[in-house]
Amino acid sequence: MTLPRTADNVLLAEAGEGTRVQLQGIVKSYSGTRVLHGVDLDIAPGEFVSLLGPSGCGKTTLLRVLAGLENADQGAVLLGGRDVSSVPTNRRDIGMVFQSYSLFPHLRVIDNTAFGLRRRGAGRADAAKRALDALALVGLDAFADRFPHQLSGGQQQRVALARALVTEPKVLLLDEPLSALDAKVRVQLRDEIRRIQLRLGITTVFVTHDQEEALAVSDRIAVMSTGRIEQIGSPEQLYTTPATAGVAAFVGLSSVVSGVAEGDRVMVWGQSLPLQTPADGPVDVYLRPENVYFTSEADAATDALVEESTFLGSMRRTLVRTESGELVRLQHSPRIRPAFGDRVRIAITPEPVAVHPRG
Amino acid sequence: MMRLGPSLATRWVIGILVGTFFAVPLVSTLLYTLRDPSGGLSFARWAALFDPAASAAIRPIWIGLGNSLVLAVVTVAIVLLLLAPTMILVNLRFPRLKAMFEFVVLLPISIPAIVLVVGLAPIYLQIGRTLGTGTWTLAFAYGITVLPFAFRSIQASIDAADLRTLAEAARSLGASWPTVVVQVLAPNLRQGLLAASLISIAVVLGEFTIASLLNRQVFQTAMVVVQKQDPYAPAIFTLLALLFCFLLLLIIGRAARGTRKAGS
Repeated sequence: MTLPRTADNVLLAEAGEGTRVQLQGIVKSYSGTRVLHGVDLDIAPGEFVSLLGPSGCGKTTLLRVLAGLENADQGAVLLGGRDVSSVPTNRRDIGMVFQSYSLFPHLRVIDNTAFGLRRRGAGRADAAKRALDALALVGLDAFADRFPHQLSGGQQQRVALARALVTEPKVLLLDEPLSALDAKVRVQLRDEIRRIQLRLGITTVFVTHDQEEALAVSDRIAVMSTGRIEQIGSPEQLYTTPATAGVAAFVGLSSVVSGVAEGDRVMVWGQSLPLQTPADGPVDVYLRPENVYFTSEADAATDALVEESTFLGSMRRTLVRTESGELVRLQHSPRIRPAFGDRVRIAITPEPVAVHPRG
Repeated sequence: MMRLGPSLATRWVIGILVGTFFAVPLVSTLLYTLRDPSGGLSFARWAALFDPAASAAIRPIWIGLGNSLVLAVVTVAIVLLLLAPTMILVNLRFPRLKAMFEFVVLLPISIPAIVLVVGLAPIYLQIGRTLGTGTWTLAFAYGITVLPFAFRSIQASIDAADLRTLAEAARSLGASWPTVVVQVLAPNLRQGLLAASLISIAVVLGEFTIASLLNRQVFQTAMVVVQKQDPYAPAIFTLLALLFCFLLLLIIGRAARGTRKAGS
């Protein structure tokens, strides 16, 4: 069957099946300070993996090592099984979108997009045609003759995305490409990136400090902290079964309360809850806001005072302080409107909870 | 609302005073060159510059001007091919060297030309033995004297552009380093490079001390020689040189405005 000649299908027909990306024991130091401690990461062909973590955790450095913009002190970078550790950036066959707008100001949108093709020896006419196809993919083919300063931030990042994709690179690297955009454009472009990535089947590594972004678009997320990957897994795995306290605290909202574990149960506020993994002794229990609710029952619950309550459209999030002084967040219907200082009673749904030994 | 700055009248007064300060010697020189032995004004001495019969007397000036223009070209080449790439390299690859590099590059502005010549004299002995004593070799010394001015112009453009991201984006798209510099960075630094080139030309055309002490014939030294026989021709050339430098400054000003517009 012949596909209709749309911009998407042109690129789809030319797209490969994705490339396996392997980072093996990557170590990197700056001025004697180690920022990556032997990071291992194996990304399947066509997979969308996010590197998620707070500022300074090493996620951008890891991406730059993968791009060849930084040399690792130790370890190897493999693209499609080939060691490219000593291959310069311009020969790694990567596409990259940067945090700051990286379009060349002196070139029109079409010339920016065709830049990589021209470097690979494509003729002027062929490069222009393929660049227009790529611009159509991001919905900006009508802007081909404009200069970057005539575009909005979101449009510039779309062009940067088209420019990175048009050369059909082995891997697409996204270094916080949405962080300079306003909230609405950020969500639109985030979904667009995922849609295009799925369509092209290109292996993608996405650096972000925004957990919502990572949860929304990734096949897998690698949560990084102090130069190490703390946990890698699907968004659901990270959210429901965080491997460390750091992951639990960073991915999604969690309230930390005290409990006492015994085997596969933990006692919190007089309630016995199932554990995700067996434990014993005093533990920190991580409660998701959607697993805590207001109740009027007398037992198996605790009293609390409302500290604040925020309306979020389809829901309301309320922060309460329990009798033992712990701060707990609840997510509930916007029809319930607790006020500051209200005395309430809260309980926990009997879902398996994550705990960690109290530090 | 209280107005900041001087009033319109004050600005006019300041403008007229400053304008007069600069205009009086220029107009006097112009009138001097137009003075006719019969008592009136004429362009006879201006026309004589291009008269083959009178050209022998002012021939050293034309030779000096030719030498200075060659020097200007070589000096601009030093600025564009040595200083600019070095600055790009320091900014991209060795940012820690920026402070020291800036200090070294700005040093010539604080060293009097006479002191510079004392240091350069033995070096020019060696240059004379290896490259000859052609006037163009002065460009090595001029390359040093223009460093502070050229550096400032280029650095302003570098600071306005995000060189690192541009270079990394070009590298990720498959560009080699020469391509990055020529096709991506240089076009985004062109206002700075243009300003640096024009300032270098102006400095070279106005330089006297180094050329004189190193016994090279350039525009300024030739004018001193000719002035002893014909005081009018150097005055005319001085006016023309000032006009040329004024035009250069105008172009630099327009280039700077272009940079600001692009930046905004």
